[in-house]
Amino acid sequence: MRLGVLPVLVPTTVLAALALTGCTEGGAGSSGSTDGGGLSGTLTVLAAASLTETFESLADEFESRHDGVTVELAFDSSATLAEQVNQGAPADVLATADERTMALVADAGNTADEPQTFATNRLVLVTPADNPAGIQDFADIDGDDVDFVVCVESAPCGALAAAVLDEQGIDRDPASEEVDVKAVLAKVELDEADAGIVYATDARAARDRVRAVEIPGSEGATTSYPIAVVGDAAEPELAEAWVDLVLSDDGQQALRDAGFGAP
Amino acid sequence: MTHTSGAALGRAPLRLLVPGVLGVLFLVLPMVALLLRVPWPDLGRRLLEPEVLDALRLSLVTSVAAVAVVTAVGIPLSWLLARVDFPGRTALRALVIVPLVLPPVVGGVALLSAFGRRGLVGGPLYDTFGVSLPFTTLAVVIAHAYVSLPFFVLSVEGAMRATSTELDAVAATLGASRWTTFLRVTLPLAGPGVLAGLVLSWARALGEFGATITFAGNYPGTTRTMPNAIYVALQADQDAAVVLSVILMAVSVAALALMREHWFDQAIRGGAPR
Repeated sequence: MRLGVLPVLVPTTVLAALALTGCTEGGAGSSGSTDGGGLSGTLTVLAAASLTETFESLADEFESRHDGVTVELAFDSSATLAEQVNQGAPADVLATADERTMALVADAGNTADEPQTFATNRLVLVTPADNPAGIQDFADIDGDDVDFVVCVESAPCGALAAAVLDEQGIDRDPASEEVDVKAVLAKVELDEADAGIVYATDARAARDRVRAVEIPGSEGATTSYPIAVVGDAAEPELAEAWVDLVLSDDGQQALRDAGFGAP
Repeated sequence: MTHTSGAALGRAPLRLLVPGVLGVLFLVLPMVALLLRVPWPDLGRRLLEPEVLDALRLSLVTSVAAVAVVTAVGIPLSWLLARVDFPGRTALRALVIVPLVLPPVVGGVALLSAFGRRGLVGGPLYDTFGVSLPFTTLAVVIAHAYVSLPFFVLSVEGAMRATSTELDAVAATLGASRWTTFLRVTLPLAGPGVLAGLVLSWARALGEFGATITFAGNYPGTTRTMPNAIYVALQADQDAAVVLSVILMAVSVAALALMREHWFDQAIRGGAPR
């Protein structure tokens, strides 16, 4: 009889374990967040794809300042991240690439505090390093043989790109709408697309793998990056400390170095 | 065998029953949950939105085109694997099945490496003729065919191997050429396998997402198939994503029903359902 329970138990526990790992992946650590002033635990930061390089270096900085703290970073389209937070994904901090996607979370009551703007960004056109389509200025993407790619409109970079294309009077359809700005950059770096519309910071991060072409009057087409602590953050103190770091002089300098504008 | 009564064997033991029922719940619950989220009053209006119709039309056109390609290549390939004895046949059979277990996004990257503008085949194609496959509807068909061909071959080759080669031999002794034997004996006998392969590969093509978005891109009307549209909608309009998902689920269930119907017919006529 005692043995009889086991075969039932095994598959059930496997199932339960599967369900658990699905929920806690990248989740906040179980250890407490304070012990005598020092911080510890695992901080989960969800950030727009364009913040990849900057937040990775800030995470190293954060971990070296707070011994015993691990920073888990997840980068995706801001729209995807906003949806994930609203669906209750385990996260402590959310940083998006525009106010619209942050508002989706704030309006649903899922931020702990008022989102704060910490950076701005603008769009540029990038071409592969060897520029196969011979693009010299932005208007050249209107050419018949030019395949250019943009972000899908639900992502901040896509909404902004659509506005810029409209403003510049370019009717030509993009070849593809990629899911986030890094996917656009990848299509250009791989030389599959003749051009792509990405953030100035992505163009800078890609260095000589792409050529950047300024978009005339793009000073107007900028986006603001808000950051907020997530409503049911498992590590609210760590989350606050992260937001403080991003807003501090060091954090701002790192953002400036990556090509972001001041808030 | 199917008529051996359960009573004679005793009750189903709990240790098998409970995990089995859990398994059923695990598989059925998400589908029920999806149905519960459908905005029914809006359904009709949303179904007729141009974006939905565009994606549905594109998905149907590309998946059917992919199945046509898969059939044209898959039947001869299955025959080779089932009927021709050559060195390395087992290894080749395994190789052909690899895309079946390959993560679709990996398939997409592999397709880019082969057919992209800088790819092994795509590079010369672009440099010589200016033909670029990514971002075209043809690229969607290629991605679909790539992932669904193994399903077709698995099914048809299995069916061909299950039928006796003696019948082929009889046809040959009666003077039939190997081509005639293939056409009049082997292929008809593999009929159920071919049909199952058609439905399976079509369903796989219809659901293709990872390889498509990686290799072909994502643009309304040319490359945004139903799964791509679902992914995009999920970022902006969850209700639209649910509606699109339910359409795709309905189409898939219909395909499965079609296949079962066919299997039942086989059973009634006395043929073994492979």
